[in-house]
Amino acid sequence: MTAFTITFYMFALTVVASGLLVVTARNPVHSVLWLILCFLSSAGMFVLMGAEFVAMLLIIVYVGAVAVLFLFVVMMLDVDFAELKAEMSRYVPIAGLIGLVLLMQLGLALGTWGYAEDAQALRAAPTPGDMHNTKALGMLLYDQYFLLFQLAGLILLVAMVGAIVLTLRHRTDVKRQNVLAQMYRDPAKAMELKDVKPGQGL
Amino acid sequence: MSADLAIVLPEIILSVYAMAALIFAVYTKKDAMAPTLVLATSALFLVMALWIGTGGSATGSAFNGMLQNDGFARFAKVVILVSAAVVLLLSQGYMKQRGLLRFEYPILITLAVVGMMVMVSAGDLIALYMGLELQSLSLYVVAALRRDNVKSTEAGLKYFVLGALSSGMLLYGASLTYGFAGTTTFEGIVQASEGGISLGLLFGLVFMAAGLAFKVSAAPFHMWTPDVYEGSPTAVTAFFATAPKMAAMALFARVVHDAFGTVVGDWQQILAFLALASMFLGAVAAIGQTDIKRLMAYSSIAHMGYALVGLAAGTAVGVEAMLIYMTIYVVMNIGTFAFILSMERDGRHVTDIAGLNMLAERSPGAACALLVLFFSLAGVPPMLGFFAKYGVLLAAVDAGLTWLAVAGVVASVIGAYYYLRIVYFMYFGDPDARRIDGTIAPLNAGLLLASAAIMLLGIVNMFGIEGLAEAAAASLVN
Repeated sequence: MTAFTITFYMFALTVVASGLLVVTARNPVHSVLWLILCFLSSAGMFVLMGAEFVAMLLIIVYVGAVAVLFLFVVMMLDVDFAELKAEMSRYVPIAGLIGLVLLMQLGLALGTWGYAEDAQALRAAPTPGDMHNTKALGMLLYDQYFLLFQLAGLILLVAMVGAIVLTLRHRTDVKRQNVLAQMYRDPAKAMELKDVKPGQGL
Repeated sequence: MSADLAIVLPEIILSVYAMAALIFAVYTKKDAMAPTLVLATSALFLVMALWIGTGGSATGSAFNGMLQNDGFARFAKVVILVSAAVVLLLSQGYMKQRGLLRFEYPILITLAVVGMMVMVSAGDLIALYMGLELQSLSLYVVAALRRDNVKSTEAGLKYFVLGALSSGMLLYGASLTYGFAGTTTFEGIVQASEGGISLGLLFGLVFMAAGLAFKVSAAPFHMWTPDVYEGSPTAVTAFFATAPKMAAMALFARVVHDAFGTVVGDWQQILAFLALASMFLGAVAAIGQTDIKRLMAYSSIAHMGYALVGLAAGTAVGVEAMLIYMTIYVVMNIGTFAFILSMERDGRHVTDIAGLNMLAERSPGAACALLVLFFSLAGVPPMLGFFAKYGVLLAAVDAGLTWLAVAGVVASVIGAYYYLRIVYFMYFGDPDARRIDGTIAPLNAGLLLASAAIMLLGIVNMFGIEGLAEAAAASLVN
């Protein structure tokens, strides 16, 4: 058994075990932490496959941003997880049935798995041997898939415009802070000194 | 690269226009600019339609076959652009009156149209999905444009959630297809399925057909349609009923013919079932409706069924009949919605069918035009709608699907009941019912009359649409 296989099995075992713990952990915060471990070990497996870029992406985007966001949501929101779980148990039979059907379908599809005869030749982007995969991805994304990359940008623009259209309200009945007005306020005008005689009041 | 860019030039111009208009409106008077933007957008759509229709834009395949600007795509693009321009103009008065005319509205419609143009010329699974999402995401937003109204918000949310579900099914199918074919281009998938379809590829085909059936609102994936039609602002409903339907149907045709053209027998039965279910569900479920927008939703489900009959034939004649059917359907819907948009009682927009009672008394011209349109929707000869149905049914018979054609005739007889019921209300209804005012804005009246006139005059030679559709179908099926 080489060092490579030992590392592979260690990462693989960690992925499966932490994945299982994500679902079974009682404390939701622990679930998110297990999820982070799962991501990290998957990143390790990507490195073993020679896909460093995807591995780094997994760590930076999933661990660095998504999982931390999950953690914040779980800790900030007051969600009664016990109640959610009780709710979930009601749907277990039907969920199990759908899962079984899907599993059978997948088994059927995988059982007859076979590429089309010329699939290997048709493959749009075989991994080039003479460059590392970050560069290869860039070459694909900004060359062959340039159009789709731009279209994805348009979709994000629509998402942004949509979010603003549906949520932004210009309210007129609230007082807003006006920084300039505050700064240029003249103390001489804002304050008036009165000479009050003792015992008389204003 | 520059040859590629020349082919997608119409899409580039529309996207750049959308972004420029967005910045322009934000930095000037915002919503006060909306009427100007609506006019400018409509004008741009019409210019683009003219440009594409007269063959000015470059044709061919671009970006390694990801986009195909062939005759089929051009036909669909012209219909999409013209109908979007007309509906946008039509919606202006309605939206302004209800304070919904925000400057984002024409911009979102423009981006949706860009998505539709990508859809109809997609030559690759990823391009297909990108176009579809660009279109759908814009439509989800405009459905919920009336955000202070519970029904409109519900329509937007329902459309979004169910649309995401259908996109998921489509993607699942696409990934299975990719897994078995080893490529995402339609050209490659056709090559891979040449010697017969493998089980995995069949799974992919079924899931993709389900996702696409959702987008064209064919039964049994239709459940979102009535609620979305009812809840959205009526002007937006008018848009939903025209351009996106054409785009989704053209995309369906492209997937089954371009990507799975060698295995017609395998998808023919799926499409035949979808067509059968849609025709009957649309005809039967519309009978009990009291809201005209819901009625039009079920009517659109039934009409999609007929268009699918043409597609199920699996021949060039079938595609031609489908294109003619969709074009006529879009024209009929523009006329009908021009009237629905002007249904008012005491200054309030109403959509209940009871309001149409004895319309012939108050506005005989509108009632007569509407009678022609409803007869045409029902498929009564000699209106153009009859010839549309005749074309798809004939294509089905020629392809050996006689049972489907017979079922289509039966469903059309059932469906005629609810169209004729409205005509009955308009001419012999209850004069004491709470009726609509019967006043129609000049633009709406003009479009209503024009649409009705087309249904009558078109029977001479269909304005030459047949020849164009035939050429378009020939470029898709070979």
